[in-house]
Amino acid sequence: MSATTENSGDPIADLLPTFAMPLTPRWNVFGRSVSPVPLKAGITFLLIVAALQIPQQLGKSDVNLFSEVLCLAIAAMGVNLLTGFNGQISVGHGAFYGIGAYTSFLLVADHEWSFPMAALAAAVVSFVVGLLVGLPALRIKGLYLAIVTLALAALFPQIVIRFADVTGGTSGMQITKQETPTVYDFNRPPSDSGLQPDQWRFYVIFVVAMVCLLLVRNLVRSRVGRALVATRDNETAAEVVGVALARYKVLTFGISAMLAGIGGAMQVFLNGSVNPSQFGIDLSITILVAVVVGGAATIVGPLVGAFFIEMLPTWLPTDTPQASPVLFGLSLVLLMRVAPGGVVGLARRTWSRLSPKINGPRPGGAPPPMPDDAVTA
Amino acid sequence: MTDILRVADLVAGYGQVTVLQGIHFRVAHGEVVVILGANGAGKTTTLRAVSGMLAAKGTVDFDGASILGKRPDQLVGMGIAHVPQGRGTITELTVDENLRLGAYTRGDGEIDADIARWYEVFPRLGERHAQAAGSMSGGEQQMLAIARALMARPRLLLLDEPSLGLAPLVTRELFERLGRINRETGTAMLIVEQNANLALQIAARGYVLEAGVLVAEGTSAELSTDESVRRAYLGY
Amino acid sequence: MSEFLQFVFLGLGKGAVYASLALALVIVFRTTGVVNFAQGQMALFSTYLTWTLWDNGLPVVLALVISMVISFVGGAAIERFFVRPVGGAHDNPLAVVIVTIGLYLTFGALALWLWGTNAKTFEPLFGTGAVKIVGASIDYQTIGSLVVLAVEVVLLWLLLQRTKIGLGMRAVASNTEAAALVGVPVGRMLMIGWGLAAAIGAVAGTLAIDTALSGELMLVPLIYAFAAATLGGFDSPLGAVVGGLIVGLTAELSAAYIDAIGQDLRMLPAFVLIIAVLLIRPQGLFGRTTVSRV
Repeated sequence: MSATTENSGDPIADLLPTFAMPLTPRWNVFGRSVSPVPLKAGITFLLIVAALQIPQQLGKSDVNLFSEVLCLAIAAMGVNLLTGFNGQISVGHGAFYGIGAYTSFLLVADHEWSFPMAALAAAVVSFVVGLLVGLPALRIKGLYLAIVTLALAALFPQIVIRFADVTGGTSGMQITKQETPTVYDFNRPPSDSGLQPDQWRFYVIFVVAMVCLLLVRNLVRSRVGRALVATRDNETAAEVVGVALARYKVLTFGISAMLAGIGGAMQVFLNGSVNPSQFGIDLSITILVAVVVGGAATIVGPLVGAFFIEMLPTWLPTDTPQASPVLFGLSLVLLMRVAPGGVVGLARRTWSRLSPKINGPRPGGAPPPMPDDAVTA
Repeated sequence: MTDILRVADLVAGYGQVTVLQGIHFRVAHGEVVVILGANGAGKTTTLRAVSGMLAAKGTVDFDGASILGKRPDQLVGMGIAHVPQGRGTITELTVDENLRLGAYTRGDGEIDADIARWYEVFPRLGERHAQAAGSMSGGEQQMLAIARALMARPRLLLLDEPSLGLAPLVTRELFERLGRINRETGTAMLIVEQNANLALQIAARGYVLEAGVLVAEGTSAELSTDESVRRAYLGY
Repeated sequence: MSEFLQFVFLGLGKGAVYASLALALVIVFRTTGVVNFAQGQMALFSTYLTWTLWDNGLPVVLALVISMVISFVGGAAIERFFVRPVGGAHDNPLAVVIVTIGLYLTFGALALWLWGTNAKTFEPLFGTGAVKIVGASIDYQTIGSLVVLAVEVVLLWLLLQRTKIGLGMRAVASNTEAAALVGVPVGRMLMIGWGLAAAIGAVAGTLAIDTALSGELMLVPLIYAFAAATLGGFDSPLGAVVGGLIVGLTAELSAAYIDAIGQDLRMLPAFVLIIAVLLIRPQGLFGRTTVSRV
């Protein structure tokens, strides 16, 4: 395995996926130096196989729940990139999710585009809007950016309602057999696949989610990724070292918005409907919370976080259903004290206590450990 | 009579980095003691450890009682005032307000009288009494910081590099005032300084710190001619 | 003319609510550097407390006062046990945002759990009467709210500028380390800040009551309050009040006179205001510029 050196000097070229794997630190297992890569690859393979079994083993509503997890996860990947790795706090990505959803919906329902093209268009539109938001965001720091994005999240449903003749307003829109017979089957499985609708949707969304995950992973591990993290930790120092701050920050905003938009398009693929109430402040908060619960600035954090967020309500006892959101809120408050690195951070801490490993250099630029892991010198 | 400050085996640092390797020193009542050392020797760390701003191990006794582990704001009530590096004036408050703040832990009725007295000692502060502290020069702010610390009527004053960033003439005036204050009020002082010359002129005794370890101690006369003092600064 | 004046009065009335919530936001920010996303939901909870006391027979003013006291204690406790352990807003802004979002969710859900989804009938604090001026009517509630606001600002000013505690709070807000070295009990000042803000929030929530109390009471006002605090300057109580009134007026007048905005895009002026202020004059109308240390 050789380390890839991205020395093209051109940040756009650096964004293109690199499929060679960077050096991963070796593990110390009972005194022998072992590369963990085969083990990690093996575990990943098993997890993917297990995930692919979900539509086969579980009932329709469970499969749909998992599909929703994936949609949220894709959006969370975007926010994780922006907030976790690049330090720009956004409580407003529900708006981009909504933009992706409405764009893909309208293109399919009103203009009879094929869904793949519509989803692509949704990604592009979200990306562009993300760039536009990212530009003024350059001058807005920290908590103020959180406020601005919160206002954006509150504004989006209002914009949707304002242009009700296009967007269907407060009642939303649906693709049904009666109203849109020509595109009704945009999210139905091909007749020769032998799959049920819920299964087909899961597989499609799963593939899209994995592609996004791979993209984010490569981005984070590249030179660009390290620049993003450097910017988060000390902007002035990063700039002095030569990181093209503005370009990277705006680009990151765009990419994160694009991912959220893809998530929204996937939701349309799943449900075939849109409604402004789905894309408000609550969604934006949910996405951010998923990122943090899973583990900010980790690769798999968004997936884990989305899983927890969606599943948690189903795990809690149902005799007092009003208690669960209270407990959820409280756990969030305490989370930052108990496990600031989220679930992944907790897992890493436990793992590093169980098995010491040789901490070699990390030329691939894997994301740095979260604050609770980091040595505070 | 016990020393007002007695420190032994002091170990302190930041996170995983240990700066002070176990040092000792003492300050007698009413005495001026200096700790000299070059940049990075651990001088500021020493004061912060005494002041409770850092976690520290060892012995730190104030007037016979241990103050290790106490918070900085608690120590003020006990009679220790700390003028931090960079002065620590509250820039948004006026000179008046800064001084009044210095008396925060006092409940007696002589605060106004004290403020008036300090305006006599530092006339330039009196002239600017309603100005925002941040609008004053470095030297004036340093005087304000010292006056503010003394508003608490401490028995021990900790000063962290009072000469930092000040012009030579201003520094000279500053140390003269400090010496005068010590003689008139009997406030003990522990001064941490790079400027060995001026500091030793008003001090009774001193210590030399090098890379977290004490390398010399003695009266100020002895230290003025000591090799290690020169070495600590010049490196040879 | 009288129609215009009507909208002005309407805007002032709503602006007073935004201003009072913004005041709470500003106090928290000024004393602890934290932007409390939960301020609105905390105010909601306090208002439910007030309603409960009133519903059980207490005169509404007494109910409000008791609720303010409870809120003060609650706010102080929250700062001490939930916010402070997470670290400063400078070191870890994301953690602080998450904690306040968690509080936002908790208080909203708690109110829902304890009081249900049905709206509670609750009269405005100053009654439902109104007085006519130049052909437009201005509610007693609006007048009363503005008076309450003015009183709050004056009392706050007196506290901060003329008392020892206020001096300590300002010192802590400006330079926490130096304040500690001077003997100011920093932790206590932080708690007082949050407690004060929570008490003011209780007032804000009660002022927001129009005809009934329900869970959505403070959701929209929170965003407007953020706009107000941003416009006025997050460290200026006067700015919060002026900002709140301007935001209220702008929202009402633009909804009435700009067709493109209409009733649906009410949030737009607030959003535009926030962005404009942050880009043009980030410290707001009355705030102070701070130089950030590298």
